[in-house]
Amino acid sequence: MLEFKQRHLLGIQNLDVSDIMTILDTAESLAEISTREVKKVPTLRGKTVVNLFFEPSTRTRSSFELAAKRLSADIINFSQQGSSVVKGETLKDTVLNLEAMNPDALIIRHSCSGAPYFVSTFCKSHVINAGDGSHEHPTQALLDAFTIRQQKKSFKNLRVVIVGDILHSRVARSNIFLLQKVGAQVTLVGPPPLLPAEFNNFGAQISYDLDRALEGADVIMMLRIQKERQEANFFPSIREYRNLYCLTQKRYSLANKDAIIMHPGPINRGVEISSEMADSVKSVILKQVENGISIRMAILYLLLGGKERETAD
Amino acid sequence: MRLLIKNGRVVDPSSGIDETLDILVEKGKIVDLRAKIESNNAQVIDASRLVVAPGFIDMHAHLREPGQEDKEDIRTASLAAASGGFTSLCAMPNTQPVNDNRGVTEYILSEANKRSRVNIFPVAAITKNLKGEELTDMADLFSAGAVAFSDDGRCVQDSLVMRRALEYSNFLQAPIIDHCENSSLSQDGLMHEGFYSHLFGLKGIPSSAEDIMVARDIILAEAANARIHIAHLSTRGSVYLVREAKKRKVKVTAEVTPHHLVLTDSALENYSTNLKVNPPLRGQDDVQALLDAVKDGVIDVFATDHAPHTQEEKDVEFDRAPFGINGLETAVSLLLDKLVNKNIISLPRFIEMISTRPAQILGLKDKGRIAPGADADLTILNLHKEVVVDVHLFLSKSRNNPFHGWKLKGAPTMTIVAGKAVDPCS
Amino acid sequence: MDEKIKARVMDAGKIKRSLDRMTTEILERNRNLKNLVIVGIRTRGIYLGKRISQQIKELEKIDIPVGVLDITLYRDDFAELETQHMVQKTEIDFPISKKDVLLVDDVLFTGRTIRAAMDSLFDLGRPQSIQLLVLIDRGHRELPIRADYTGKVLPTSRREIVQVKLMEIDETDEVLITEPAKLE
Repeated sequence: MLEFKQRHLLGIQNLDVSDIMTILDTAESLAEISTREVKKVPTLRGKTVVNLFFEPSTRTRSSFELAAKRLSADIINFSQQGSSVVKGETLKDTVLNLEAMNPDALIIRHSCSGAPYFVSTFCKSHVINAGDGSHEHPTQALLDAFTIRQQKKSFKNLRVVIVGDILHSRVARSNIFLLQKVGAQVTLVGPPPLLPAEFNNFGAQISYDLDRALEGADVIMMLRIQKERQEANFFPSIREYRNLYCLTQKRYSLANKDAIIMHPGPINRGVEISSEMADSVKSVILKQVENGISIRMAILYLLLGGKERETAD
Repeated sequence: MRLLIKNGRVVDPSSGIDETLDILVEKGKIVDLRAKIESNNAQVIDASRLVVAPGFIDMHAHLREPGQEDKEDIRTASLAAASGGFTSLCAMPNTQPVNDNRGVTEYILSEANKRSRVNIFPVAAITKNLKGEELTDMADLFSAGAVAFSDDGRCVQDSLVMRRALEYSNFLQAPIIDHCENSSLSQDGLMHEGFYSHLFGLKGIPSSAEDIMVARDIILAEAANARIHIAHLSTRGSVYLVREAKKRKVKVTAEVTPHHLVLTDSALENYSTNLKVNPPLRGQDDVQALLDAVKDGVIDVFATDHAPHTQEEKDVEFDRAPFGINGLETAVSLLLDKLVNKNIISLPRFIEMISTRPAQILGLKDKGRIAPGADADLTILNLHKEVVVDVHLFLSKSRNNPFHGWKLKGAPTMTIVAGKAVDPCS
Repeated sequence: MDEKIKARVMDAGKIKRSLDRMTTEILERNRNLKNLVIVGIRTRGIYLGKRISQQIKELEKIDIPVGVLDITLYRDDFAELETQHMVQKTEIDFPISKKDVLLVDDVLFTGRTIRAAMDSLFDLGRPQSIQLLVLIDRGHRELPIRADYTGKVLPTSRREIVQVKLMEIDETDEVLITEPAKLE
């Protein structure tokens, strides 16, 4: 029997290790569906899922959409551009209006940290966080963990290096929380303004020197760097960033043999990662995308399956 | 006409009195103060087992009138104040329109005269429209009735403008109340920058944003030999700077809010917008430094920074909510419970900080003390009364108060303004 | 839940003889063995399916592939489950379109599991035919489903539980009828 008692997926911080393993194991079983000719099972037939995306995203949104459809759920997409939010409707009113149509789950991506938690305090549906501000992106961390497990089998003492704009990255935070829980060792690398010292208290090591940090690394996770950060003086120029923090062949050879290369996408070729490395055999970037669907199917299955439970906790 | 308050423990730090005395009030003034006054023709109030203090003065409150009466107005703010034990309020100028001209000051005073149950003292803006560029007609505003100047809500970023403001207000003998915030460091920040802001994924406001302006304005005040009052101190860096400045005899005074003494940034875990305030709730070290400064006199005044907002404005995702905590109706109980009843400060020290010193700083000679000839503004306290905070019973229009449900020991039981007990419910 | 063993209706010997007999029946009915594939329903259907494939290999020297089917995602009571079931992998590495599929399960009861299994097979391909082999048929059908090959017909009451134990995971071969201990 399954012991998954969460009502929502708001963040990795709310999950314990057994929840995480249940999600990964379920994803593994569901992955086979995407290889069939008829990529569908009837499990969530009749359930309605709403994609509530207040930030532009094609990849995460379509990943959730495919996941829902493969489980035979109905899904509708609500994005900020073509909606009443532009007319000044509050998030709360938007959600309450959607809830009047009886959805089973709301998948929310929002630029404000804490927005999915805020929604969960007044809505009746299950809430899935597809990324809130700089706070968490739990399904990304789960699919990253799934990918790592496929390649490396075990997390214990695995050396993971995460590189880039840590300060603003919800992907980094969720990954730090998850990898800590499963026993991996995390080193964070980036330019000092994007990597405050307090991240030491998250249980991760900090380094500003990518070459040093790559020694002994088993997993190299590169994060996207945004131009706006350079304009805000977080680093002086793309040129300087590339010189210090771009993953090149030369840098890669400092890591452990068989180190895998990851990136949540979309990648800036030639900025945080060279084309050569993005396309190398050690890159699992495309696998991450594929695994995203399995993980999101697992989340939908675990949250929406079974009898509607009273709110856990 | 005549009021006799009997048997109360009268505590007046300005004279050092702390004993059981009777107080006789007539025509809005205190006329007699001694043990066992006879009660001929006076309405008697029995203050046995209660503390009678000079009326509390809140140097920092936002009344939102004119312009934002959906959040609060002069009348409801005064009811909230009276309910909270305050007999006088300073009205900050960031209204709509800004109180940067005589017309708005006179409007506030005239409306207060008609509709307020407590004394209202307008604080006028330092710069026109709070833009930080041109000084207001400070002398004119002062003669219209402004008691101090502030750009609160904003901070004058241009050092030259601030220098001139200090020089000019100095000759008027009116203090500048300084909201210290360097806007390029604090820009877009939502909570205190530190471990918790990184954990919650919220943009941080570093302590340095406050410390830098505290340092700058102490230096400018020192150079101009002018007075400066630092509003809502929140960091240990600021405490250090004020302490050192006082040692050098700079004419600096400082205030602190109750919420900065009882809450820290870790409380923002649930993204509650009732905890979103500027300056933000800081870390444990900062709170400790503020408490030490309250104890040793580096901080002079308790003020609420009462900042009412409508429920619709606060019932949104964290980024979009306006900054501000409603404070008039919880301040005194919080301070009595968390500071006086926990023996962090004595009762006379508390009263000094919430009545004596504000009156002195604002130059209100007949307030903040209990003596024949002084105004009959009195606050009566029950140190043992247990209350449970219920925001739904607030007299303020606003409900953005984070202390709902808190059990506190100590509360005001009566507020007397100009010799009349204020019944806020009538 | 405490259980009381009421009867031991098959031992290792009886199970073997049933499987042997059913294998003979399969060979009689399926002329074109090259077109036959076996799909075992998790969990014990897998091991029964493998034993049959092994038996056929010994008799006819032909390898009949065995796949594993997990029917959790096709259950019709999915929305009513008090506790969810852990979904495990379906592993069928061969095509089933145009094949004669032999579905294997340990116990046939209401017939719902078999209905779910057939829905699942049709999502994987278009079999030429589906035959059903079960070790025990305990009655109480709720759907029009019947087995082509039955090890033993066992009349039971609804309350009773039929437990099939197989050496591969239970350390013994036997079939038991048990009953939940009476509630106090």
